Amino acid sequence: MSKYSANDKGFYGDFGGAYIPELLYPNVEELRQNYKQIIATDDFQKQFKSLLKDYVGRPTPLYLAENLSEKYKAKIYLKREDLCHTGAHKINNTVGQILLAKALGKHRIIAETGAGQHGVATATVCALMGLECIVYMGAVDIERQAPNVARMKMLGATVVPANSGSKTLKDATNEAIRDWINHPKDTHYIIGSVVGPHPYPDMVTQLQSVISKEVKTQLLEKEGRELPDYLIACVGGGSNAAGLFADFMDHEEVGIIGVEASGKGVETNESAATTILGREGIIHGSKTLLMQNTDGQITEPYSISAGLDYPGIGPMHANLYKTGRGKFVSITDAEAMEAGLELSRIEGIIPAIETAHAFAIFKYLDFKEDDVLVFNCSGRGDKDLDTYRTYFGY
Amino acid sequence: MNRINRALAQDKKLISIYFTAGYPQLEDTTEVIKRLTDSGTDVIEIGLPYSDPLADGPVIQKSSEQALRNGMSTKKLFQQLEGIRDHVDIPLIVMGYFNAMLQFGVEDFCKECEVIGIDGIIMPDLPIDIFEVDYKELFEAHGLKFIPLITPETSANRINTIDALGDSFVYMVSSSSTTGGQQGFGDEALSYFKRLADMQLTNKLMVGFGIKDALSFEQASRYTSGCIIGSAFIQTLTKTGLDGIPGFIQSLK
Repeated sequence: MSKYSANDKGFYGDFGGAYIPELLYPNVEELRQNYKQIIATDDFQKQFKSLLKDYVGRPTPLYLAENLSEKYKAKIYLKREDLCHTGAHKINNTVGQILLAKALGKHRIIAETGAGQHGVATATVCALMGLECIVYMGAVDIERQAPNVARMKMLGATVVPANSGSKTLKDATNEAIRDWINHPKDTHYIIGSVVGPHPYPDMVTQLQSVISKEVKTQLLEKEGRELPDYLIACVGGGSNAAGLFADFMDHEEVGIIGVEASGKGVETNESAATTILGREGIIHGSKTLLMQNTDGQITEPYSISAGLDYPGIGPMHANLYKTGRGKFVSITDAEAMEAGLELSRIEGIIPAIETAHAFAIFKYLDFKEDDVLVFNCSGRGDKDLDTYRTYFGY
Repeated sequence: MNRINRALAQDKKLISIYFTAGYPQLEDTTEVIKRLTDSGTDVIEIGLPYSDPLADGPVIQKSSEQALRNGMSTKKLFQQLEGIRDHVDIPLIVMGYFNAMLQFGVEDFCKECEVIGIDGIIMPDLPIDIFEVDYKELFEAHGLKFIPLITPETSANRINTIDALGDSFVYMVSSSSTTGGQQGFGDEALSYFKRLADMQLTNKLMVGFGIKDALSFEQASRYTSGCIIGSAFIQTLTKTGLDGIPGFIQSLK
């Protein structure tokens, strides 16, 4: 087991654990006792691999971005998670968790969603498996992410507006947790990121680790070595980053770079750069770095990308940050939008705005010409066209 | 003797009322406590409002949001409660979420509670294993009873583990739900109350979630020491303000 993975109580160093009300204990405990064993069965692995291959479209390519490489003087690879079914890495996790839910005999699925990507990925696998699907989404997000709401509905999901608190992702998560409290027996909660109480951060990391496993194999083919010099991924809750980092964390020679959204700047009140602005605290059942006021009231983050405006980060990332194993950089809205445009213009790939944040790091970090960089190109930009259009005036 | 145990030793069904501190108005906290006491309330749970109250339903969420908008904070609550013991001698319990306590400093929080004369703490999201290892001694050193929760889904083994953690009462959640979600009790709930009573635990039992009137109060306290009422009381405060307090308490009897 990796020294950067969760221990048996779900702690990554000081972070993680399961700070949950007793009301939730049976649900979480059932999952904790079973997830490793279920994931390890031949049956699960066979179905999981088969769906990832034929339904999701894996392995996703590891693409050498020559134009980008030339511009920034490094050897830059893109792990093309944007080519997955439904347009992002999110579906790796939902495919895995739907199989887990079935193995546990659950027939009702709930999920939270911010931008709607995880909601769509959940609604998709529920449609595939014929399970009831309820997605909680902040009322504010429902307004600003209409196409994804329509997708979920077309896939047969019920989208429930979260009207509590700030009516965004954190409140949608609260509502999903409350739903789970009210349905302790028949319901599985598919959390979309490496957040929440143990075992979620570990479980979601395991399910997303297919990304890092493929990178190893593909890099060996293309470069004759398994290990890159740097891994770079954007971090909201951190699931695409966790998936990319997973099997490389113990190789200390591989640089790990997490890219957070600083919104309008860390000095403004409109930011989501949790490692800079957050302090240790508890959110959604996990001890982690978290944006909060001095009283411990959770504050509302801001980013132009709805997928990065989560007030915490996964406990694994908090530990990577605190131990210095991972380096975290923060990127403003403007820098991300320019990077998204640049990737579109020189590689012909329109990335999700979340993903675009990762491609803006060249302003802040220097690499050597023979450095091998692997970016997680975690999602495609279709869902963000309106934001791009408004921003650039197309 | 801790005031909670003293109340539990009485030969009566206890009325325990939860309210959100700083609601409806910021400075209502102590006045609500005094009027509840004057109206015959036996135990009061003072809710420290939190931005993300996971175990609470819409009524308490809304009162928490309003209280926070009013300017309520941990520090403010402790300031308001200074001197409360000159007026009130019934048990006072602080209920909140663990992050607020963590940010204040768990030890400082306990110290402030002791100085004020708080008798116990309910922290729904402080898990019992972490409480036992990290905070049990600290709570005891400051004379604070830790009130754990159990639900209909809690196994007998785990109930015994929970029972061993304290010696006051356990908070029996009437059914698997967030607060304020119930419509009276059926046979299933009643047999759960009885099953727990038959276990003869060290701790007394108080039932919460879904109690709103004399009928549900009578049902839930039939086999237990009494009931905890939150959402229904907050709704009364919202509708009729502090003047509605005596009538509400009377309506439970």
